[in-house]
Amino acid sequence: MKTKSWFALALLVTASLAAAQDMPMFRWENFTTANGLPDNHVYSVLVDGNRIWVGTDNGLGVYENGMWKTFRPNPDLKEHSLAHQAVLSLALDKNTGDVWAGTMGGLSRISAGRIDTYTQLNSGLSNDIVYGVGVQGDYVWTATAAGASRLNTHTGQWSLYNAFNTPMYEIWTYSVSPAEDKVYYAVWGGGVLEYDQKTERWKDYNDPDGETEMVVMKDQGLIHEITTSVSYVDKILWVATYFGASRYDGRYWHNFLQKDSGLPSNFLNQIKGIDADRAWFSTDKGLAYYDGTNWAVYRPALDTHKPEMLVRDATGNEKKIAVQSAPSHNYILGVDFQGDDLWVATAHGLSHGIRQKSSAAVAKVVSSGKK
Amino acid sequence: MAARTPNFEISHAAFRQLPKLVGVLAVTLLAIAARPASKQSGALLKEHYLSPIEMAFSPAGHVLYVVCQDSDEVRVVDADSAKVVGSIHVGHVPRGIALSPDARRLYVTNAWSDTVSVIDTTSREVVQTLPTGFEPTGVVADKSGATLYVANRLSSDISVIDLTSGQEIKRLLAGRGASYLALSPDGKWIYCTHIYPNPGAIRSEPDSEITVIDTSTRRVVDRKPLHNVAGLFHVASSADGKLVAVAQLRPKNLIPLAHVEHGAVFGDSLTLFGDDVGSPVQIPVDELDRYYALPWGVAITPDKSKIFLTTAGSQSVTAIDVPQLLKTVRARRQPFANDLSASAEYVTARIPVGHNPRGLALSPDGKRLYVANRLDDTLSVIDARTEKVTSTIDLGGPKNVDALRRGERLFYTADFSFQGQFGCANCHLDATIDGLEWDLEPDGFGKDIVDNRSLENLAGTEPFKWNGGNPDMPTECGPRTEKFFFRSQSFTQQQLTDLVTFVYSLPYRPNRYRLANGELTPAQERGKSIFERTATKRGAAISEANQCTYCHSGPKYTNQKEIDAGTGKLTDRSPVIDVPQLPNVAYSAPYLHDGSAKSLEEIWTVYNPKDTHGVTNDLTKDELNDLIEYLKTL
Repeated sequence: MKTKSWFALALLVTASLAAAQDMPMFRWENFTTANGLPDNHVYSVLVDGNRIWVGTDNGLGVYENGMWKTFRPNPDLKEHSLAHQAVLSLALDKNTGDVWAGTMGGLSRISAGRIDTYTQLNSGLSNDIVYGVGVQGDYVWTATAAGASRLNTHTGQWSLYNAFNTPMYEIWTYSVSPAEDKVYYAVWGGGVLEYDQKTERWKDYNDPDGETEMVVMKDQGLIHEITTSVSYVDKILWVATYFGASRYDGRYWHNFLQKDSGLPSNFLNQIKGIDADRAWFSTDKGLAYYDGTNWAVYRPALDTHKPEMLVRDATGNEKKIAVQSAPSHNYILGVDFQGDDLWVATAHGLSHGIRQKSSAAVAKVVSSGKK
Repeated sequence: MAARTPNFEISHAAFRQLPKLVGVLAVTLLAIAARPASKQSGALLKEHYLSPIEMAFSPAGHVLYVVCQDSDEVRVVDADSAKVVGSIHVGHVPRGIALSPDARRLYVTNAWSDTVSVIDTTSREVVQTLPTGFEPTGVVADKSGATLYVANRLSSDISVIDLTSGQEIKRLLAGRGASYLALSPDGKWIYCTHIYPNPGAIRSEPDSEITVIDTSTRRVVDRKPLHNVAGLFHVASSADGKLVAVAQLRPKNLIPLAHVEHGAVFGDSLTLFGDDVGSPVQIPVDELDRYYALPWGVAITPDKSKIFLTTAGSQSVTAIDVPQLLKTVRARRQPFANDLSASAEYVTARIPVGHNPRGLALSPDGKRLYVANRLDDTLSVIDARTEKVTSTIDLGGPKNVDALRRGERLFYTADFSFQGQFGCANCHLDATIDGLEWDLEPDGFGKDIVDNRSLENLAGTEPFKWNGGNPDMPTECGPRTEKFFFRSQSFTQQQLTDLVTFVYSLPYRPNRYRLANGELTPAQERGKSIFERTATKRGAAISEANQCTYCHSGPKYTNQKEIDAGTGKLTDRSPVIDVPQLPNVAYSAPYLHDGSAKSLEEIWTVYNPKDTHGVTNDLTKDELNDLIEYLKTL
């Protein structure tokens, strides 16, 4: 019996060490206004090859070849400058290279330096507060404070989706993730909406029993109706809410909560799937990564503010890894990928996570224990 | 008792009115006499002209392919014998042409079919038809022959077509009215011009761009800004790629048009860029007392010694000495696009050619220049060395010059304006619009600003002018144009008749927003209901005069009246505005009489606060979008 216990413990330790060594490690370089960032409050970040677009509270920044360039509204140019200085969302048209910026004052298209701005006054855009934007083929989808809009860039036609023509009983759309087959919307207070590109029909995902805003029994549906972000990758839907996260494969839901996962908080601003198994979670208490089994959290420690990396394995065993750097703030608003590197939008600065190639060599466990 | 003599005494007040009455009578008589030929003489016998507009040479220089816009064909000319040896039928209103790098395929854009005809140059047959954006114009294949780029004028973008699959793989954002393309000799870049200015703030100088595409990524990588430019036409590169020239107009639309005698209407010029000159530089081609209107086609000789430029409104080709031009450009420190004395330093000849010369093509050896005389159905052949016309090739069009063709020549020529400064086609580019707001009246700066209106299918939309001041087309084209605009010689009675005949003949362009089966989409159907409604959403009756269909009634969606819809500005002398026709309204931005509404939406979201221009403030955003979708179908 004693031998068996020791064997089990040895397995656990080995698994934990393996988890720690397998989780990506980064050296973090942080940007603030002190080194060129337009504003320290960063809402969104977008990787476009070697160019990094950054939506801040006071301008759209572009970082390229070590230099920053900032776009802001220009009263003389009006709709040919940025719609508003607060840039909430960004999307890249991978086909054309154009960047679409959702702002607090409309939607702007940045194309080889030229800016064209669409507002609720000069176009069919449903509302000037554009929380989310995504590009799929010839269409630009937006999530606004008054429902969803879709612009056909070939014909200029706008299609609006709201309470009149979808199951959207709240019109505060917060995020959009378009793909070839489906388009998903996070509707703040209204769960998730799914648009089928083929049938052109909408379907909603909400509290399964319809009586509360949250799922009563774990894994029976969307964790909560106050959704903030959706990410549809490899036919898997990842959903962020202010009360946990969810993963949906078209048949089964899986819910992630702070209490039973490696999430550092149930308050999520963004979720971004890499594939069907892996995703990044932007929370108010750090940036979290899930590889399908194990979790890692990157942040300045909540108490000491010193760089911190936490790893949690499938059994719930959590380890603290010694690190020299961390994202510039624990309040994370968004993330994008540059190969193995990360770019992270935080409430106080932009962070570049430079992937350390030999994690196993550098992962040093400084403490461990059950969560 | 003497019989009572009738009192023929004319009151003093009536006497004062006499000249006005006589004037009205004269204009009325002129109007009757100058009605379109078709209305005077029954059915108009319409000749079927060719209207050559663009050309492409085979690599060896033996075959010249000529795009004929009005006969929907490509005429094949044996350059050695100067004879037409073939004809290939293509789509409707062909406009651009390019050869594949191996010369086995010819690509022809069909502006009104929204397609490209792919022609096998051996069999001289159309072997494939490729879909494009709206109103494809310029076309060019990349150096590998794998990708075709098409500039779409109405959708203001560039179709990128994979020639292996025949599929359009993307659309790139271009300037408004994207029209002409050129491939750099090294194959790395494609340059695109556009004929309408990019949208800008009202009463601001127009801005345009040269859109630069990287052919390796097939993305737009640069937009060279051109300030004070509206109307960019052909673009051509030197063989070494170090000098690129673009034909362009510099409109002076912020200045009252009363200043024709000061040259304050248009500047005809070129933009140059490339390693030879650095940043884009604009150079004038006009002279101090003579203008060369509508610079259109550009060609640079293989040895880079000369630039040839067709001036479509002046029936001539301008020859420019490149070394002398570069010397001038390098010597000048300040912009000199408005210094008309400069052209004397580099212009070596003005070569008279036929009517409305457009595209031009140099033989591969650079010795002969061919010019498409669009309104003569001929090609002028110019010796590039002597700068003289050596022959004219007859493409085989009708020999009779009918009223329509005479009128079209009058429409495009600048001969009737003071110093040959401009013609009708300067503002109505290719008989459309120019996207500009003009200060036409001699009432001070910034007063009575007017937007340029469409000329499509105008019969039944009288009166003309935004204040409805011209009761008919003869008045509009006659006294209004020849005296006030041109400040020069008047048209004869016959000329005015011909011009009116031509203007009234301009058809609608195809409407791209209607479904092929003639039905409306659900959004358009909902929009139609809003357009035709007689009550607000709350059930309150909308007064008849404030219903959309009251003013925008009849087949042209105008009741032909002048009304005050609350759209007048403080700078307008009167808020009473002529009700515009609505067909193809989607193509004619900006909107309202002064061009203040940059989009259809702004007509109501910005400029209808009191529901005086129809009742729209009870509409949701969805409903307003529906209304606009319907309006686009008209």
